[in-house]
Amino acid sequence: MRIVHVRGGVRLNGRKRRAERGRITSLPIPAYLNVPLKQHIGAPAEPVVRVGEHVLKGQLLGRPPGPMSAPVHAPTSGRVIAIGAAPAPHPSGLDTPTITVQSDGEEQWIELAPPIDPLALDAAAIEERIADAGVVGLGGAAFPAAVKLRLRTRHPIHTLIVNGAECEPYLTCDDRLMQERAEEIIDGVRIMLRALEQDRSGPSIRALIAIENNKGDALAALKKAASAHPGIATIAVPTRYPMGSEKHLIRAVTGKEVPARALAPEIGVLVHNVGTAFAIHRALRFGKPLISRIVTLSGGAVASPQNFEVLIGTPVSALLRAAGGLRQPPARLLMGGPMMGAMLPHAEVPIVKGTSGILALTSAEIAARPAAPCIRCGTCVAVCPCGLVPVEMVSQIRGGRLEGALRFGLLDCVGCGTCAYSCPSRIPLLQYLNFAKGELTARERTKHKAEEARRLAERRRLRLAQQAEARAATATARPRQQHRHPEGSEATGAPDRTTNPQVAA
Amino acid sequence: MFAAVFCLTLLGGALGLLLAVAAQRLKVNDDPLAAEIEALLPGSQCGQCGYPGCGAGAIAIAAGEAPVTLCPPGGRALAQRLASTLGIELDLSQVADGAPMVAVAREDICTGCTRCRKICPTDAILGAPRQLHAIIRDACTGCGRCVEVCPTESLALHPVAVTLETWYWPRPQLPI
Ligand code: SF4
Ligand code: SF4
Repeated sequence: MRIVHVRGGVRLNGRKRRAERGRITSLPIPAYLNVPLKQHIGAPAEPVVRVGEHVLKGQLLGRPPGPMSAPVHAPTSGRVIAIGAAPAPHPSGLDTPTITVQSDGEEQWIELAPPIDPLALDAAAIEERIADAGVVGLGGAAFPAAVKLRLRTRHPIHTLIVNGAECEPYLTCDDRLMQERAEEIIDGVRIMLRALEQDRSGPSIRALIAIENNKGDALAALKKAASAHPGIATIAVPTRYPMGSEKHLIRAVTGKEVPARALAPEIGVLVHNVGTAFAIHRALRFGKPLISRIVTLSGGAVASPQNFEVLIGTPVSALLRAAGGLRQPPARLLMGGPMMGAMLPHAEVPIVKGTSGILALTSAEIAARPAAPCIRCGTCVAVCPCGLVPVEMVSQIRGGRLEGALRFGLLDCVGCGTCAYSCPSRIPLLQYLNFAKGELTARERTKHKAEEARRLAERRRLRLAQQAEARAATATARPRQQHRHPEGSEATGAPDRTTNPQVAA
Repeated sequence: MFAAVFCLTLLGGALGLLLAVAAQRLKVNDDPLAAEIEALLPGSQCGQCGYPGCGAGAIAIAAGEAPVTLCPPGGRALAQRLASTLGIELDLSQVADGAPMVAVAREDICTGCTRCRKICPTDAILGAPRQLHAIIRDACTGCGRCVEVCPTESLALHPVAVTLETWYWPRPQLPI
């Protein structure tokens, strides 16, 4: 198959070698696990357990309040010791609603549903099981997997791309997963295809597993596993950051461009990560919810970089300890890759469903230099994979003209950080772009709130006017009774108690 | 002479009619700009701007007596919309967005006097006589009028806490 050239991007030093060799190792069960109720895009789950309750491994801890959410499950058996706020794995260091489970070391599973053949289920049943298992996109964005599959009802899908690009440096969790569990991934892909193909006439859906060409072993393993299934093919894509970005992978593999601010399914393509395919296999074949994932531990400060299968909720500090600790205090602790990962405030935050890696970087690796003035070299323009002009957007933002940045396409920026990485003057372009996006969202929120306040104020004005009218009517009907509410006191006058909706409610 | 009188009368009459029609057709409100601005303001008449209400505030902005940043509940979003309505440049990042506030009632000293409930311009307060009053955070604009009328100082304005949903990266601080 021909690979379409994608504009922009950079070739990065992979720095993957240190962690890619060892097999995936399981971590000993930590003493306690912090399971955040929101580890996905959408509404946080609502707790269904009480403090002090004993829970079994795989038991439901939090239920999704609506369709755009995902449940969370107990990663091991033990006692619920707290339900409340705990630090989130987020650069802000703010708290997030969390259920803390103290493990009893028994690893006692709940009763699992008897195994069935998922390929004999219909699409709705497959999606329901995926949703119940709390499977979300494991590539990092953590979009509920079932919600994504259900998009098939709105847009006809012709291609399923399974994303094994793993373009971020250091990370090798998908690579190891593909090498060691290729059969299981293919099974997950077949289950997804089964759900997508339901009640569809016409050509069947093809599945393409896209892997960057620096992962020869993973490519070979998946090619072998997929050979028995004609609808599934593997495809090597160039090693070029950000190949793993959904839009760029689609462009490289299918040649189609996802329109600005549109979703991939609108052009008939669905992208799922290889880790998600594996989680779907586990959920459907064994009825096991998503309670663990593969995490790469790497970075110059880590003594022995490796991939671990980690229970969701394991504190980062426990992972660091179990892996033999650090060689030196890290200059920066990251969750995810070095390009798009989140800086962690400290190590007492939990591993969540979207955690692909923990990186403890040394100051030599960060190579931080103070920013210098822009030399207008145009490097950022040349490397931006979205065809944007970061230098212009940022100069608008620095001048306080966020509308100007919008006109230059701020909303089309995927936040890949290629511009900031390539800038010879080390201008924190990405942080400016992120600041502008956040500021615009905040303004939108304030605007919405002001409109709401306006509506409420108007409603109150009408109500007070009606009450005044009603009183005036009563006063004229009984002219001898004194009118107790002089004109002009509407705003401060007491509304008639019996007609005040708030009292009645 | 008769012809001249006739002509001028006719001319005067015709022009007068034209003017009358034009006055009707092309009628201009007292101040269209003030009306346009008022439509943008929150309309809760809270008085935080220092004018007696949103209408007076709008007139002041239109007359150039008040800055577009006068409305605390509207925040930067409003300032920016006002600036673009008036066609002026405004460096919003230099406008301190006075941290948004929300009223909070202290449960132990609320006597349930209902005064705050009656004065709240957005009906953001729930309660009944001699019952603890509660504030609907989403409806509260932080105008502080309830705080003024509360006889027991149970009510106070607190800054709205930043959450994971509302946090975003700060603007980089660079000397250049
Ligand atoms: S890469 Fe940096 S120095 Fe070059 S034009 Fe862009 S912002 Fe300026
Ligand atoms: S962060 Fe945005 S502007 Fe910079 S290279 Fe990536 S897409 Fe382009």
